[in-house]
Amino acid sequence: MNGAATRDLFALAPLIIAFPIMGLVINLFIGRRLSERWVGTIASAAVGLSFVTALLQFAALQNTPDGIRVMVADWISIGTLNISWALKIDSLSVAMSLMVAGVSTLIHIYAIGYMHEDVRLQGDPGRFTRFFIYFNLFVAAMMILITADNYLMMFVGWEGVGLCSYLLIGFWYEKGKDGIGNAIAGKKAFITNRIGDFGFLIAMFLIFWTFGSLQFDEVFQSAEGAGTTVLTLITLFLLLGVTGKSAQIPLFVWLPDAMAGPTPVSALIHAATMVTAGIYLIVRSSVLFALAPATSNLVALIGAVTALLAASIAVAQFDIKRVLAYSTISQLGFMVAAVGLGAYVAGIFHLIAHAFFKALLFLSSGSVIQGVERGLHDSGQTNHETFDPQDMRNMGGLRSRMKITFWVYLIGGLALAGIPPLAGFFSKDEILADASENSTLIYILLTLAAILTAFYIGRQIFMVFFGEPKSEAAAHAKENPPIMTVPLLALAVLAAFGGILNLPTLQSLSKWLQLTLEQVQHTEFNVLVALLSFVFALAGLAVAWRVYGSQRDAADPMRRFLGPLFDLWENKYRVDEFYDWLFIKRYKALAFTLAEIVDWRFLHDWVHDTLLARTFQRSTRWLAEGFDLQVIDGAANNLARLIQGIASRLRTLQTGYVRNYALSIFFGLLILMSYILIQFSS
Amino acid sequence: MTIPTNYFLALSGVLFILGVLGVLIRRNSIVILMSIELMLNSANLAFIAFARAFEAHTGQVLVFFVIAVGAAEVAIGLSMIVSIYRSRGNIDIDQISQLKG
Repeated sequence: MNGAATRDLFALAPLIIAFPIMGLVINLFIGRRLSERWVGTIASAAVGLSFVTALLQFAALQNTPDGIRVMVADWISIGTLNISWALKIDSLSVAMSLMVAGVSTLIHIYAIGYMHEDVRLQGDPGRFTRFFIYFNLFVAAMMILITADNYLMMFVGWEGVGLCSYLLIGFWYEKGKDGIGNAIAGKKAFITNRIGDFGFLIAMFLIFWTFGSLQFDEVFQSAEGAGTTVLTLITLFLLLGVTGKSAQIPLFVWLPDAMAGPTPVSALIHAATMVTAGIYLIVRSSVLFALAPATSNLVALIGAVTALLAASIAVAQFDIKRVLAYSTISQLGFMVAAVGLGAYVAGIFHLIAHAFFKALLFLSSGSVIQGVERGLHDSGQTNHETFDPQDMRNMGGLRSRMKITFWVYLIGGLALAGIPPLAGFFSKDEILADASENSTLIYILLTLAAILTAFYIGRQIFMVFFGEPKSEAAAHAKENPPIMTVPLLALAVLAAFGGILNLPTLQSLSKWLQLTLEQVQHTEFNVLVALLSFVFALAGLAVAWRVYGSQRDAADPMRRFLGPLFDLWENKYRVDEFYDWLFIKRYKALAFTLAEIVDWRFLHDWVHDTLLARTFQRSTRWLAEGFDLQVIDGAANNLARLIQGIASRLRTLQTGYVRNYALSIFFGLLILMSYILIQFSS
Repeated sequence: MTIPTNYFLALSGVLFILGVLGVLIRRNSIVILMSIELMLNSANLAFIAFARAFEAHTGQVLVFFVIAVGAAEVAIGLSMIVSIYRSRGNIDIDQISQLKG
């Protein structure tokens, strides 16, 4: 391929963003008149074309390994601030956009089948189009985030995916607990993310303040010259943004509630793509993080602790999607720990592998849920209101009833547990190997998390698919149509063979990312670590099999065994309650104080009513009674009275007697005469 | 032998004061009118006296004007008195005080 052709290919880069936008515009304007099949096809094709464009960029990059900056338009130009709308096409962004577009395409296709069923179960088929409009909007925003050339453009995508997340969590906004639960979940996700976004914003201000630019290349080139303090501050605030978007301690609480959205949403946004934006941000800013070792250590610690805590919570959950949600938080913790340790490639590798198997797990869980719901419908039971089709205690024995779903779930689960040769084994092992070399503490935390991971996913598989059906609905569950199972099979293939991306000796992903990332650690495949993690994974699965493999009733045997610890895990360490007590109650008290005391009593009662209104009333009364009546009216009246008085005195002069007048004329004459005489005689 | 001018002026002054007193004191309209005529003629006398003393004709000319004006005044005054008499039945000047303020 020659240079001109490469440039032509790079010129196509904006289409990565443009195709999903076209899809959503088409569906927005004529989607209502199209059939569901067309709406779904248009949306999926838009994302598919985006994937093809990303593939073309991949091909073009083979010739230009350093990557390229594709200008689209000037955006903001104020003083020294020059921000253009430009795409950064390099090995990192192309790897990410390939993953996002690829997984998105599969999930879009799956969603055609899933939402067809879901909108009918929820009773509003009209929302089918809206779902795909939001979905395409999400992909567009995610692509903006990935291909951004500067922090501000990235922030646009960052906020865009947050918005779509909010819209899709609250997709069935009138459903959920008390008819408002889903809306509250969406609100919680949005507000929690806002706290993280605030950190991102502050970091951006600091970056511009320090470097005078927001463009990645310019910032990274001058990063060495900046002080450690300011770099630490910048990275700490970036970390706050990461904890929000990637659901890490302390801002992870929104992700489990986000499961209120339809299952494809959980798979696409809350497992595969959006929540990995934080890891992408750290990897993208790796230059800054490498220069701020204090923050990097904190990043690693937060990731490892999150991984362990979330994994332990996942052990005691009964909602099939909530287990996966905490599993996602835990796996994101692995990635964050990896990038914190400086193992950026391992982080991205696990990010991609996780996107494959977690999207697979979520979509399969959606398949399970709809199978059970269909079973509930077929079994003729009428307890739709009380029956929870997501509760694993209502499942069991689905292995024989939903064969494809079972097998793909098993592949996804084993990949998550880290069983070779599935994708999760290689990616997780790389992180563990890095951790074992850098920090024993992180390594121990992550290994414990890995054991728990194998245990909870084993528990889930055994509870859902093995044993006897624990409800009529589960007994009547049926497999889903091919439009849902085919994407599952495709993802299963990816989850099974995703490890090929970065096999221990080939290191293809490492070499690829090395084109962009300067600091790439070469961690040799550690046989001992790999063997240990494999054994631990098997042990976790074995314990899960021992406990749950032949379970007959709905009660969880671990509750007896673990006692209060299980309760603590089931209640998610009471973090929500703690936050409620620590922040929300305080905030409400503050709001109450502001509303009741400051606003109502002080501003309204005192300032407005007492100070302003009464003073105004008094002054107007004084003006009306004191000034207007007394001074102005008094002046007018007294003037009139004065004139009247003078006139009444003067009128007596007019006697009407002619002789009086004559007399006064005479006297006047006398006076005049005497004046003249005196004047002229002397 | 000529009569000194002062004598004429003294007579003119006496006549004028008589006229003034007549106007101020009497209540009969016709008498008041006559008193005014007296005052006019006293002034005429003064004019004539000065004209003679300074041997100028101006005073004599003025006297003709005064006589003409006095005749007109008497004509109007008498006609007013006639119409007042017709409407009120008397000509007492103090009874005519409608312009009293």
